[in-house]
Amino acid sequence: MSITGILSAAAVVGAVGIFVGLFLGVAGIRFHVEKDEKEEAVLAALPGNNCGGCGYAGCSGLAAAIAKGEAPVNGCPVGGEAVSGRIAAIMGVEAGSQERKVAFVACMGDCEKAKEDYEYTGQHDCRIMAFVPGGGPKSCSSGCLGFGSCVEACPFDAIHVVNGVAVVDKEKCKACGKCVEACPKHLISLIPYKAEYVVACSSSDKGPVTMKACQAGCIGCGLCARNCPAQAVTVTDFHATIDQEKCTGCGTCAEKCPKKCITRT
Amino acid sequence: MNMEYVKELLVLLIGSSLVSNVVLSQFLGLCPFLGVSRKTNTAAGMGVAVIFVITLASAVAGVIYEFVLVRFHVEYLKTIVFILVIAALVQFVEMFLRKSMPSLYEALGVYLPLITTNCAVLGVAITNVQKEYGILTGIVNGFATAAGFCVAIVILAGIREKLEYNDIPAPFKGMPTVLLTAGLMAIAFCGFSGLL
Repeated sequence: MSITGILSAAAVVGAVGIFVGLFLGVAGIRFHVEKDEKEEAVLAALPGNNCGGCGYAGCSGLAAAIAKGEAPVNGCPVGGEAVSGRIAAIMGVEAGSQERKVAFVACMGDCEKAKEDYEYTGQHDCRIMAFVPGGGPKSCSSGCLGFGSCVEACPFDAIHVVNGVAVVDKEKCKACGKCVEACPKHLISLIPYKAEYVVACSSSDKGPVTMKACQAGCIGCGLCARNCPAQAVTVTDFHATIDQEKCTGCGTCAEKCPKKCITRT
Repeated sequence: MNMEYVKELLVLLIGSSLVSNVVLSQFLGLCPFLGVSRKTNTAAGMGVAVIFVITLASAVAGVIYEFVLVRFHVEYLKTIVFILVIAALVQFVEMFLRKSMPSLYEALGVYLPLITTNCAVLGVAITNVQKEYGILTGIVNGFATAAGFCVAIVILAGIREKLEYNDIPAPFKGMPTVLLTAGLMAIAFCGFSGLL
Protein backbone atom coordinates (compact mmCIF):
# COMPACT_ATOMS: atom_id res chain seq x y z
CA MET A 1 0.00 0.00 0.00
CA SER A 2 1.37 3.36 -0.97
CA ILE A 3 1.49 6.40 1.25
CA THR A 4 -1.27 8.04 -0.78
CA GLY A 5 -3.54 5.07 -0.02
CA ILE A 6 -2.97 5.48 3.70
CA LEU A 7 -3.49 9.21 3.47
CA SER A 8 -6.69 8.92 1.46
CA ALA A 9 -8.05 6.30 3.87
CA ALA A 10 -7.26 8.52 6.83
CA ALA A 11 -8.76 11.49 5.03
CA VAL A 12 -12.00 9.67 4.19
CA VAL A 13 -12.52 8.25 7.68
CA GLY A 14 -11.46 11.53 9.23
CA ALA A 15 -13.79 13.51 7.01
CA VAL A 16 -16.69 11.18 7.74
CA GLY A 17 -15.90 11.44 11.45
CA ILE A 18 -15.73 15.22 11.39
CA PHE A 19 -18.89 15.44 9.33
CA VAL A 20 -20.76 13.08 11.65
CA GLY A 21 -19.45 14.96 14.70
CA LEU A 22 -20.48 18.33 13.34
CA PHE A 23 -23.84 16.92 12.27
CA LEU A 24 -24.50 15.49 15.71
CA GLY A 25 -23.32 18.69 17.35
CA VAL A 26 -25.66 20.81 15.26
CA ALA A 27 -28.48 18.33 15.77
CA GLY A 28 -27.80 18.40 19.50
CA ILE A 29 -28.36 22.15 19.54
CA ARG A 30 -31.28 22.04 17.12
CA PHE A 31 -33.11 19.27 18.92
CA HIS A 32 -32.19 20.31 22.40
CA VAL A 33 -34.82 19.28 24.91
CA GLU A 34 -34.90 21.00 28.25
CA LYS A 35 -34.25 18.32 30.78
CA ASP A 36 -35.51 19.12 34.20
CA GLU A 37 -32.61 19.76 36.56
CA LYS A 38 -34.85 18.85 39.44
CA GLU A 39 -35.61 15.47 37.88
CA GLU A 40 -31.94 14.58 37.74
CA ALA A 41 -31.36 15.72 41.31
CA VAL A 42 -34.35 13.70 42.52
CA LEU A 43 -33.10 10.64 40.63
CA ALA A 44 -29.74 10.99 42.35
CA ALA A 45 -31.46 11.12 45.74
CA LEU A 46 -33.53 7.96 45.15
CA PRO A 47 -32.08 4.61 46.23
CA GLY A 48 -31.69 3.29 42.69
CA ASN A 49 -32.93 -0.26 43.37
CA ASN A 50 -35.50 0.08 40.57
CA CYS A 51 -37.74 -2.20 42.64
CA GLY A 52 -40.94 -0.64 41.36
CA GLY A 53 -42.43 -0.45 44.86
CA CYS A 54 -43.61 3.08 44.14
CA GLY A 55 -45.75 1.89 41.24
CA TYR A 56 -43.58 3.47 38.54
CA ALA A 57 -41.36 1.59 36.11
CA GLY A 58 -38.26 2.37 38.13
CA CYS A 59 -36.47 5.10 40.02
CA SER A 60 -36.24 7.26 36.89
CA GLY A 61 -40.01 6.98 36.40
CA LEU A 62 -40.68 8.12 39.94
CA ALA A 63 -38.12 10.91 39.63
CA ALA A 64 -39.89 12.24 36.53
CA ALA A 65 -43.26 12.05 38.29
CA ILE A 66 -41.97 13.80 41.41
CA ALA A 67 -40.33 16.54 39.34
CA LYS A 68 -43.63 17.11 37.52
CA GLY A 69 -45.46 17.16 40.81
CA GLU A 70 -47.53 14.09 39.95
CA ALA A 71 -46.10 12.01 42.76
CA PRO A 72 -45.60 13.04 46.38
CA VAL A 73 -42.04 13.67 47.57
CA ASN A 74 -42.38 10.68 49.87
CA GLY A 75 -43.41 8.44 46.97
CA CYS A 76 -40.49 6.09 47.51
CA PRO A 77 -41.49 3.46 50.08
CA VAL A 78 -37.96 2.09 50.25
CA GLY A 79 -35.96 5.21 51.03
CA GLY A 80 -38.05 6.19 54.01
CA GLU A 81 -37.76 9.55 55.70
CA ALA A 82 -34.11 10.12 54.83
CA VAL A 83 -34.78 10.04 51.10
CA SER A 84 -38.08 11.91 51.23
CA GLY A 85 -36.38 14.63 53.28
CA ARG A 86 -33.66 15.05 50.67
CA ILE A 87 -36.18 15.08 47.82
CA ALA A 88 -38.31 17.60 49.70
CA ALA A 89 -35.26 19.86 49.99
CA ILE A 90 -34.73 19.59 46.21
CA MET A 91 -38.37 20.27 45.46
CA GLY A 92 -38.64 22.96 48.11
CA VAL A 93 -41.64 21.53 49.95
CA GLU A 94 -42.27 20.05 53.35
CA ALA A 95 -41.69 16.32 53.41
CA GLY A 96 -44.55 15.55 55.74
CA SER A 97 -44.11 12.68 58.09
CA GLN A 98 -44.07 9.34 56.39
CA GLU A 99 -44.91 6.48 58.63
CA ARG A 100 -42.58 3.56 58.18
CA LYS A 101 -44.44 0.44 57.25
CA VAL A 102 -43.53 -3.20 57.18
CA ALA A 103 -45.10 -6.24 55.60
CA PHE A 104 -46.86 -8.64 57.89
CA VAL A 105 -48.03 -12.20 57.23
CA ALA A 106 -51.33 -12.80 58.98
CA CYS A 107 -50.89 -16.50 59.73
CA MET A 108 -49.19 -18.43 62.48
CA GLY A 109 -50.23 -21.89 61.35
CA ASP A 110 -46.81 -23.51 61.23
CA CYS A 111 -46.14 -27.23 60.78
CA GLU A 112 -47.09 -28.06 64.38
CA LYS A 113 -50.12 -25.83 64.80
CA ALA A 114 -51.87 -26.17 61.45
CA LYS A 115 -53.30 -29.50 60.37
CA GLU A 116 -52.65 -30.88 56.92
CA ASP A 117 -55.23 -32.89 55.01
CA TYR A 118 -52.63 -34.79 53.03
CA GLU A 119 -48.96 -34.85 52.22
CA TYR A 120 -48.12 -32.76 49.16
CA THR A 121 -45.06 -33.64 47.14
CA GLY A 122 -45.55 -31.56 44.00
CA GLN A 123 -43.97 -28.36 42.86
CA HIS A 124 -43.26 -25.81 45.55
CA ASP A 125 -45.09 -22.73 44.37
CA CYS A 126 -47.96 -21.01 46.15
CA ARG A 127 -49.51 -19.85 42.88
CA ILE A 128 -50.26 -23.34 41.61
CA MET A 129 -52.07 -24.29 44.81
CA ALA A 130 -55.29 -23.03 43.26
CA PHE A 131 -55.12 -26.15 41.05
CA VAL A 132 -54.33 -28.57 43.86
CA PRO A 133 -57.16 -30.42 45.66
CA GLY A 134 -58.40 -28.41 48.65
CA GLY A 135 -56.31 -25.41 47.62
CA GLY A 136 -53.18 -26.91 49.13
CA PRO A 137 -52.34 -29.46 51.81
CA LYS A 138 -53.23 -27.28 54.83
CA SER A 139 -56.70 -27.83 56.24
CA CYS A 140 -57.18 -24.10 56.77
CA SER A 141 -58.42 -22.47 53.58
CA SER A 142 -56.83 -19.13 54.44
CA GLY A 143 -53.53 -20.22 55.92
CA CYS A 144 -50.03 -19.53 54.65
CA LEU A 145 -49.18 -22.20 52.10
CA GLY A 146 -45.51 -21.98 52.97
CA PHE A 147 -44.14 -22.54 49.47
CA GLY A 148 -42.42 -19.19 49.40
CA SER A 149 -43.78 -17.26 46.42
CA CYS A 150 -43.35 -14.20 48.63
CA VAL A 151 -39.75 -15.17 49.36
CA GLU A 152 -39.07 -15.26 45.63
CA ALA A 153 -40.74 -11.88 45.14
CA CYS A 154 -38.81 -10.08 47.89
CA PRO A 155 -35.95 -8.00 46.48
CA PHE A 156 -34.53 -7.36 49.95
CA ASP A 157 -34.27 -10.88 51.38
CA ALA A 158 -36.62 -9.83 54.16
CA ILE A 159 -39.17 -12.65 54.08
CA HIS A 160 -38.48 -16.31 54.74
CA VAL A 161 -40.50 -19.45 55.25
CA VAL A 162 -39.86 -20.64 58.78
CA ASN A 163 -41.41 -23.95 59.81
CA GLY A 164 -44.04 -23.79 57.07
CA VAL A 165 -45.08 -20.16 57.53
CA ALA A 166 -43.69 -17.03 55.90
CA VAL A 167 -42.16 -14.64 58.40
CA VAL A 168 -41.10 -11.06 57.67
CA ASP A 169 -37.84 -9.68 59.00
CA LYS A 170 -39.08 -6.34 60.28
CA GLU A 171 -35.70 -4.65 60.09
CA LYS A 172 -34.91 -5.70 56.53
CA CYS A 173 -38.40 -5.03 55.16
CA LYS A 174 -38.69 -1.89 53.04
CA ALA A 175 -42.45 -2.14 52.50
CA CYS A 176 -42.14 -2.25 48.72
CA GLY A 177 -45.25 -4.41 48.58
CA LYS A 178 -43.90 -7.11 46.23
CA CYS A 179 -44.86 -9.91 48.63
CA VAL A 180 -48.32 -8.41 49.15
CA GLU A 181 -48.90 -8.82 45.43
CA ALA A 182 -47.28 -12.25 45.25
CA CYS A 183 -49.34 -13.96 47.96
CA PRO A 184 -52.26 -15.77 46.29
CA LYS A 185 -54.01 -16.04 49.66
CA HIS A 186 -53.74 -12.28 50.30
CA LEU A 187 -52.31 -12.89 53.76
CA ILE A 188 -49.69 -10.19 53.60
CA SER A 189 -50.46 -6.56 54.29
CA LEU A 190 -48.46 -3.48 55.15
CA ILE A 191 -48.78 -2.50 58.79
CA PRO A 192 -47.17 0.40 60.66
CA TYR A 193 -43.67 -0.41 61.87
CA LYS A 194 -44.72 0.79 65.31
CA ALA A 195 -47.74 -1.54 65.55
CA GLU A 196 -47.45 -3.40 68.84
CA TYR A 197 -50.02 -6.15 68.59
CA VAL A 198 -51.41 -7.85 65.52
CA VAL A 199 -53.84 -10.64 64.77
CA ALA A 200 -51.76 -13.30 63.09
CA CYS A 201 -54.63 -15.12 61.42
CA SER A 202 -56.75 -14.46 58.38
CA SER A 203 -59.40 -17.12 58.77
CA SER A 204 -62.94 -15.87 58.54
CA ASP A 205 -64.38 -19.35 58.86
CA LYS A 206 -66.71 -20.10 61.75
CA GLY A 207 -65.08 -20.87 65.07
CA PRO A 208 -65.43 -24.67 65.04
CA VAL A 209 -64.11 -24.92 61.48
CA THR A 210 -61.04 -22.84 62.32
CA MET A 211 -60.61 -24.74 65.57
CA LYS A 212 -60.42 -28.05 63.71
CA ALA A 213 -57.95 -26.78 61.11
CA CYS A 214 -55.43 -24.92 63.23
CA GLN A 215 -54.41 -24.51 66.85
CA ALA A 216 -53.49 -20.88 66.29
CA GLY A 217 -56.57 -19.74 64.38
CA CYS A 218 -58.80 -16.85 65.35
CA ILE A 219 -62.17 -18.39 66.26
CA GLY A 220 -63.90 -15.08 66.66
CA CYS A 221 -64.70 -15.58 70.36
CA GLY A 222 -64.58 -11.85 70.96
CA LEU A 223 -62.66 -11.99 74.26
CA CYS A 224 -60.13 -9.53 72.87
CA ALA A 225 -62.79 -7.06 71.77
CA ARG A 226 -64.62 -7.25 75.09
CA ASN A 227 -61.49 -6.75 77.15
CA CYS A 228 -59.77 -4.06 75.11
CA PRO A 229 -59.73 -0.88 77.22
CA ALA A 230 -59.35 1.30 74.15
CA GLN A 231 -62.02 -0.45 72.03
CA ALA A 232 -59.43 -0.95 69.35
CA VAL A 233 -60.40 -4.54 68.54
CA THR A 234 -63.42 -5.47 66.48
CA VAL A 235 -64.63 -8.92 65.48
CA THR A 236 -66.29 -9.32 62.11
CA ASP A 237 -66.79 -12.56 60.18
CA PHE A 238 -65.42 -14.60 63.11
CA HIS A 239 -62.16 -12.74 62.84
CA ALA A 240 -60.59 -10.09 65.09
CA THR A 241 -59.05 -6.92 63.71
CA ILE A 242 -56.97 -4.42 65.63
CA ASP A 243 -57.30 -0.76 64.73
CA GLN A 244 -53.69 0.37 64.96
CA GLU A 245 -54.76 4.02 65.31
CA LYS A 246 -56.60 3.28 68.54
CA CYS A 247 -54.30 0.58 69.91
CA THR A 248 -52.36 1.68 72.94
CA GLY A 249 -50.20 -1.41 73.07
CA CYS A 250 -51.39 -2.53 76.48
CA GLY A 251 -51.37 -6.19 75.48
CA THR A 252 -54.67 -7.16 77.13
CA CYS A 253 -55.92 -8.75 73.91
CA ALA A 254 -52.87 -10.96 73.55
CA GLU A 255 -53.25 -12.05 77.17
CA LYS A 256 -56.93 -12.90 76.83
CA CYS A 257 -56.72 -14.62 73.43
CA PRO A 258 -57.40 -18.30 74.03
CA LYS A 259 -55.72 -19.36 70.78
CA LYS A 260 -52.73 -17.05 71.23
CA CYS A 261 -53.09 -15.77 67.70
CA ILE A 262 -52.66 -12.15 68.77
CA THR A 263 -48.94 -11.55 69.00
CA ARG A 264 -46.41 -8.83 69.56
CA THR A 265 -44.74 -7.81 66.37
CA MET B 1 -40.04 -0.23 -12.06
CA ASN B 2 -40.63 -3.42 -13.96
CA MET B 3 -42.36 -6.58 -12.79
CA GLU B 4 -39.14 -8.55 -12.76
CA TYR B 5 -37.57 -6.20 -10.18
CA VAL B 6 -40.64 -6.21 -7.91
CA LYS B 7 -40.63 -10.00 -8.00
CA GLU B 8 -36.97 -10.03 -7.08
CA LEU B 9 -37.65 -7.73 -4.11
CA LEU B 10 -40.51 -9.96 -2.92
CA VAL B 11 -38.25 -13.01 -3.04
CA LEU B 12 -35.62 -11.04 -1.11
CA LEU B 13 -38.26 -10.00 1.43
CA ILE B 14 -39.22 -13.60 2.18
CA GLY B 15 -35.66 -14.86 1.92
CA SER B 16 -34.18 -12.36 4.37
CA SER B 17 -36.99 -12.42 6.90
CA LEU B 18 -37.79 -16.13 7.09
CA VAL B 19 -35.41 -18.39 5.17
CA SER B 20 -32.13 -16.89 6.26
CA ASN B 21 -33.45 -15.35 9.45
CA VAL B 22 -30.95 -12.98 10.99
CA VAL B 23 -30.86 -14.56 14.43
CA LEU B 24 -31.89 -18.12 13.74
CA SER B 25 -29.68 -18.90 10.77
CA GLN B 26 -27.07 -16.11 10.68
CA PHE B 27 -26.67 -15.85 14.47
CA LEU B 28 -26.48 -12.07 14.44
CA GLY B 29 -28.03 -9.93 17.15
CA LEU B 30 -28.20 -12.77 19.65
CA CYS B 31 -27.60 -10.44 22.59
CA PRO B 32 -30.90 -8.56 22.43
CA PHE B 33 -32.58 -11.76 21.19
CA LEU B 34 -31.78 -13.49 24.49
CA GLY B 35 -31.70 -10.41 26.69
CA VAL B 36 -34.93 -8.63 25.85
CA SER B 37 -37.18 -11.65 25.23
CA ARG B 38 -38.55 -12.05 28.73
CA LYS B 39 -41.90 -10.44 28.00
CA THR B 40 -43.83 -10.26 24.75
CA ASN B 41 -44.55 -6.54 24.89
CA THR B 42 -40.94 -5.51 25.56
CA ALA B 43 -39.84 -7.94 22.84
CA ALA B 44 -42.28 -6.35 20.43
CA GLY B 45 -40.95 -2.90 21.40
CA MET B 46 -37.41 -4.02 20.71
CA GLY B 47 -38.51 -5.62 17.42
CA VAL B 48 -40.17 -2.44 16.19
CA ALA B 49 -37.18 -0.33 17.21
CA VAL B 50 -34.87 -2.71 15.34
CA ILE B 51 -37.03 -2.55 12.19
CA PHE B 52 -36.94 1.23 12.39
CA VAL B 53 -33.19 1.51 12.90
CA ILE B 54 -32.07 -1.20 10.46
CA THR B 55 -34.22 0.12 7.63
CA LEU B 56 -32.84 3.61 8.16
CA ALA B 57 -29.27 2.38 8.69
CA SER B 58 -29.24 0.32 5.52
CA ALA B 59 -30.40 3.35 3.56
CA VAL B 60 -27.74 5.64 5.04
CA ALA B 61 -24.98 3.03 4.85
CA GLY B 62 -25.93 2.33 1.23
CA VAL B 63 -25.68 6.01 0.32
CA ILE B 64 -22.35 6.43 2.14
CA TYR B 65 -20.91 3.35 0.45
CA GLU B 66 -22.06 4.34 -3.01
CA PHE B 67 -21.12 8.01 -2.90
CA VAL B 68 -18.16 8.13 -0.55
CA LEU B 69 -16.33 4.84 -0.24
CA VAL B 70 -16.61 3.68 -3.88
CA ARG B 71 -15.82 7.14 -5.13
CA PHE B 72 -12.57 7.36 -3.19
CA HIS B 73 -11.73 3.66 -3.79
CA VAL B 74 -11.58 2.84 -0.09
CA GLU B 75 -14.24 0.10 0.01
CA TYR B 76 -12.17 -1.85 2.51
CA LEU B 77 -12.91 0.83 5.12
CA LYS B 78 -16.61 -0.09 5.10
CA THR B 79 -16.67 -1.71 8.58
CA ILE B 80 -15.18 1.23 10.46
CA VAL B 81 -17.16 3.81 8.52
CA PHE B 82 -20.42 1.89 8.94
CA ILE B 83 -19.88 1.59 12.70
CA LEU B 84 -19.30 5.32 12.88
CA VAL B 85 -22.29 6.16 10.75
CA ILE B 86 -24.69 3.75 12.46
CA ALA B 87 -23.75 4.91 15.96
CA ALA B 88 -24.20 8.52 14.93
CA LEU B 89 -27.46 7.71 13.17
CA VAL B 90 -28.97 6.07 16.23
CA GLN B 91 -27.92 9.05 18.33
CA PHE B 92 -29.47 11.42 15.84
CA VAL B 93 -32.69 9.42 15.61
CA GLU B 94 -32.94 9.46 19.38
CA MET B 95 -32.51 13.25 19.49
CA PHE B 96 -34.95 13.75 16.65
CA LEU B 97 -37.64 11.54 18.14
CA ARG B 98 -37.26 13.12 21.54
CA LYS B 99 -37.87 16.54 20.12
CA SER B 100 -40.53 15.92 17.53
CA MET B 101 -42.21 12.63 18.43
CA PRO B 102 -42.02 12.26 22.22
CA SER B 103 -44.70 9.57 22.25
CA LEU B 104 -42.73 7.31 19.90
CA TYR B 105 -39.59 8.12 21.90
CA GLU B 106 -41.33 7.00 25.08
CA ALA B 107 -42.61 3.85 23.39
CA LEU B 108 -39.19 2.81 22.11
CA GLY B 109 -37.60 3.81 25.40
CA VAL B 110 -34.26 2.27 26.25
CA TYR B 111 -34.31 -0.03 23.22
CA LEU B 112 -33.26 2.68 20.83
CA PRO B 113 -29.80 3.34 22.33
CA LEU B 114 -29.40 -0.40 22.95
CA ILE B 115 -29.54 -1.01 19.21
CA THR B 116 -26.41 1.05 18.65
CA THR B 117 -24.43 -1.98 19.69
CA ASN B 118 -26.60 -4.53 17.93
CA CYS B 119 -24.40 -6.36 15.46
CA ALA B 120 -27.39 -7.20 13.26
CA VAL B 121 -27.44 -3.55 12.13
CA LEU B 122 -23.82 -3.63 11.00
CA GLY B 123 -24.38 -7.16 9.66
CA VAL B 124 -27.15 -5.99 7.34
CA ALA B 125 -25.13 -3.01 6.09
CA ILE B 126 -22.17 -5.25 5.28
CA THR B 127 -24.31 -7.99 3.70
CA ASN B 128 -25.88 -5.35 1.46
CA VAL B 129 -22.42 -4.38 0.25
CA GLN B 130 -21.08 -7.92 -0.08
CA LYS B 131 -24.05 -9.08 -2.13
CA GLU B 132 -23.76 -5.92 -4.23
CA TYR B 133 -27.34 -4.80 -3.63
CA GLY B 134 -28.32 -1.36 -4.84
CA ILE B 135 -29.59 1.21 -2.37
CA LEU B 136 -33.31 0.38 -2.75
CA THR B 137 -32.66 -3.38 -2.70
CA GLY B 138 -30.49 -2.80 0.36
CA ILE B 139 -33.30 -0.97 2.16
CA VAL B 140 -35.75 -3.79 1.35
CA ASN B 141 -33.19 -6.33 2.57
CA GLY B 142 -32.68 -4.32 5.74
CA PHE B 143 -36.40 -4.07 6.42
CA ALA B 144 -36.92 -7.79 5.77
CA THR B 145 -34.02 -8.81 7.99
CA ALA B 146 -35.28 -6.62 10.82
CA ALA B 147 -38.81 -7.97 10.37
CA GLY B 148 -37.34 -11.48 10.68
CA PHE B 149 -35.65 -10.40 13.92
CA CYS B 150 -38.92 -8.98 15.21
CA VAL B 151 -40.84 -12.18 14.40
CA ALA B 152 -38.17 -14.36 16.01
CA ILE B 153 -37.88 -12.32 19.23
CA VAL B 154 -41.65 -12.08 19.71
CA ILE B 155 -42.05 -15.84 19.22
CA LEU B 156 -39.22 -16.56 21.66
CA ALA B 157 -40.72 -14.17 24.22
CA GLY B 158 -44.09 -15.92 23.88
CA ILE B 159 -42.48 -19.32 24.45
CA ARG B 160 -40.47 -17.99 27.40
CA GLU B 161 -43.62 -16.60 29.01
CA LYS B 162 -45.22 -20.04 28.75
CA LEU B 163 -42.12 -21.78 30.08
CA GLU B 164 -42.06 -19.53 33.13
CA TYR B 165 -44.39 -21.70 35.16
CA ASN B 166 -43.02 -25.06 34.12
CA ASP B 167 -41.13 -27.32 36.46
CA ILE B 168 -37.73 -27.33 34.78
CA PRO B 169 -34.83 -29.34 36.26
CA ALA B 170 -32.43 -27.01 38.08
CA PRO B 171 -29.45 -27.34 35.65
CA PHE B 172 -31.69 -26.29 32.76
CA LYS B 173 -33.38 -23.35 34.49
CA GLY B 174 -32.96 -19.94 32.92
CA MET B 175 -30.55 -19.40 30.03
CA PRO B 176 -29.99 -23.08 29.07
CA THR B 177 -33.70 -23.52 28.38
CA VAL B 178 -33.78 -20.27 26.43
CA LEU B 179 -30.83 -21.36 24.29
CA LEU B 180 -32.40 -24.78 23.70
CA THR B 181 -35.65 -23.07 22.74
CA ALA B 182 -33.77 -20.80 20.35
CA GLY B 183 -32.07 -23.86 18.85
CA LEU B 184 -35.38 -25.66 18.33
CA MET B 185 -36.78 -22.48 16.77
CA ALA B 186 -33.80 -22.40 14.41
CA ILE B 187 -34.57 -25.98 13.35
CA ALA B 188 -38.21 -25.05 12.82
CA PHE B 189 -37.18 -22.07 10.72
CA CYS B 190 -35.15 -24.44 8.52
CA GLY B 191 -38.54 -25.53 7.23
CA PHE B 192 -38.87 -22.20 5.43
CA SER B 193 -35.97 -23.06 3.15
CA GLY B 194 -38.46 -24.98 1.00
CA LEU B 195 -40.24 -21.71 0.20
CA LEU B 196 -37.62 -20.47 -2.24
